[in-house]
Amino acid sequence: MKPEEPATTGADLLVKALIDEEVEVVFGYPGGAVLPIYDSLFKQNRLPPFLLHHEQAAVHAAEGYARSTGKVGVVLVTSGPGATNAVTGLTDALMDSIPVVCLTGQVPTHLIGNDAFQEADTTGITRPCTKHNYLVKAVSALARTVHEAFYVARSGRPGPVVIDLPKDVLMNKYDYVAPDKPVQHKSYRPQVKPELARIEQAIELIAGAKKPVFYTGGGVVNSGPKASKLLAQFVHLTGYPITNTLMGLGTFPASDKQFLGMLGMHGTYEANLAMYHCDVLINIGARFDDRITGKLTEFSPHSKKIHIDIDPSSINKNVRVDLPIVGDAGHALQELIRVWKARQPRTDLKALKAWWVEIDGWRGRNCLAYKQDNETIKPQYALERLYHHIKDRDHYITTEVGQHQMWAAQFLKFEQPNRWMTSGGLGTMGYGLPAAMGVQIAHPEALVIDVAGEASIMMNIQELSTVAQYRLPVKIFILNNQYMGMVRQWQELLHGGRYSESYMESLPDFVKLAEAFGAVGLRCHEPAKLDETIKEMIGVNRPVVVDVLVDKTENCFPMIPSGAAHNDMLLGPDDKAAKPTSEEGMVLV
Amino acid sequence: MSPSDLVASHTISVLVDNEPGILARVVGLFSGRGYNIESLTVAETDAKENLSRITIVTKGTPMIIEQIKAQLDRLVPVHRVRDLTVEGPHIERELALVKVRGTGDKRVEALRLADVFRAKVIDAKTDSFVFEVTGNSDKVQTFVGLMEGLGLVDVGRTGIVAMSRGGEAL
Repeated sequence: MKPEEPATTGADLLVKALIDEEVEVVFGYPGGAVLPIYDSLFKQNRLPPFLLHHEQAAVHAAEGYARSTGKVGVVLVTSGPGATNAVTGLTDALMDSIPVVCLTGQVPTHLIGNDAFQEADTTGITRPCTKHNYLVKAVSALARTVHEAFYVARSGRPGPVVIDLPKDVLMNKYDYVAPDKPVQHKSYRPQVKPELARIEQAIELIAGAKKPVFYTGGGVVNSGPKASKLLAQFVHLTGYPITNTLMGLGTFPASDKQFLGMLGMHGTYEANLAMYHCDVLINIGARFDDRITGKLTEFSPHSKKIHIDIDPSSINKNVRVDLPIVGDAGHALQELIRVWKARQPRTDLKALKAWWVEIDGWRGRNCLAYKQDNETIKPQYALERLYHHIKDRDHYITTEVGQHQMWAAQFLKFEQPNRWMTSGGLGTMGYGLPAAMGVQIAHPEALVIDVAGEASIMMNIQELSTVAQYRLPVKIFILNNQYMGMVRQWQELLHGGRYSESYMESLPDFVKLAEAFGAVGLRCHEPAKLDETIKEMIGVNRPVVVDVLVDKTENCFPMIPSGAAHNDMLLGPDDKAAKPTSEEGMVLV
Repeated sequence: MSPSDLVASHTISVLVDNEPGILARVVGLFSGRGYNIESLTVAETDAKENLSRITIVTKGTPMIIEQIKAQLDRLVPVHRVRDLTVEGPHIERELALVKVRGTGDKRVEALRLADVFRAKVIDAKTDSFVFEVTGNSDKVQTFVGLMEGLGLVDVGRTGIVAMSRGGEAL
């Protein structure tokens, strides 16, 4: 009798492995090299494929899914152009530490290196834009590689992992055996538990502070919702002020009186001055990005700095810190709370009171103020009204990149983590719409809004077709100023008002465009009709594009000009920089 | 200049999984982040465990060197990163093959110097030698320099391999 042939192909085996990883949806786009996988997906009904209209969008959708659920997002694209189109999304996920597993098709192993049709050196191209990548050369290694990839994507500092799959590997037969225990990488074990001695030192520094500030970021989000609860608990125990990075919004309730708003280039006056004047800086899960620090030599010059991060390479990269602590934000917070409670330290209440008085003085400048008239809608006003109408609903926000993104960060308030999806590190225009689709897939009943600019939305506008196809009731709220607003703002402030190529000369009629794609299109240009338009948008259980025509020349303030320090902010149009932007500053982006 | 601005050379040993692309990963990290590689050697050192050892000589301020080590350490297939320059005494060796062409006095002088440097003749023709010289980089460099005046035509160097002194493994 002949030995029995293995029952499953590599593609079937892959789908089984994905199901075992509790994958709920695969965001992708088919093509020659991945036809066996699409065939396997077709023959089962546990794992639905989700078809986008561009591979970049597929990765962003997986990111939106991952960020709003805390799970690993899965992408499936074909070889060659499928893989190269995914590169922007992968880089985005790497910069923002989003767990994604991206399956790429590849030409059969015997053709690799032959410049075959739709061949690209995918592992070579994606090596610098992934946390790790694999080329699977034999079907026998496929299942293990898939499980290991999920482990790598979600462990430590999360990130994107690519698995390149030659077509013959997908066609060859091999039996799938589910792992009896969770698969790990053989040596990759990031440190999640912080050293106790350092936690104790941190408590000493924190308790002795006279002008402390917490500065927390995406690491708290990535640690899971419990970390945000612990953060709030610890911040309340201490009574200290806290600011969030763009990536960290939602890790501390925005409505809490200890919250100073976002910090950084377009952060609040009070947050940035607290950073500048503090004597103890407690960084949890943030990375001293250049958008946060401004001029490095004048960054928080008087403080002792504690930095808790799961990635040792984030520590002492840009800013030298006094007390580095390697570990997961949630674990560290748990320990901090435990030691604090055990020691019951006496803080300097008098100094803290004076610190809050100082902070309240800065708050009193009301740095986000703007003037709304009866004629033109100010973008800030549009977002304030938007927030008014959504705040009591279960909602998620994504954004594109530019002025609207910063205004959204300033004017929308986030009370919980995983509700705010924006491209922080890479600054990818075109992120918001596909990300919103990923969020909507994960949360079908929730209100999902992409706050967009008219320039960014054009970068992945084809996804309106996806939205229509799957009847996703995503809302696209365009703040249309007919400019690439942030480019225009920098040209005004740094390049003598020479608006080179930043005016959108030939915009489509967004209402007709929406209708052409089978969505609802709305337009509003009068402040008095804005509320009505927003209500209509929310009321329709279909995809809606809202074209809000806003003031064309409004700038985003406050602003730390390039190369300037935190205490050198521009608060509004009437505020001139203390000194012209330095040559050093002009070079910065 | 404060000590934090002082640029120094460091010899770093890295133990990695011997898998396709690992060298590209390490080298790409250096080029992508703008670090220098002064010397790099790599070969499989443990066939059973499928491990390779990479020895990198790089240059930077203390903050940059710390970054390089942290960046190397977070590559998934990297098992261990050790900075031999700061972690106690260590030894470094390099091997060079040096081809010298000439006749008469120059040829005799080349042979005499090779003897002084304990270089071995591994190929000889009537008008040429190939020497094999090992030692630290200074010694190898000095020998190559001396040969320049004596008909040097070709040099191949392995780059530095290094190891800590004493009984401890990497």
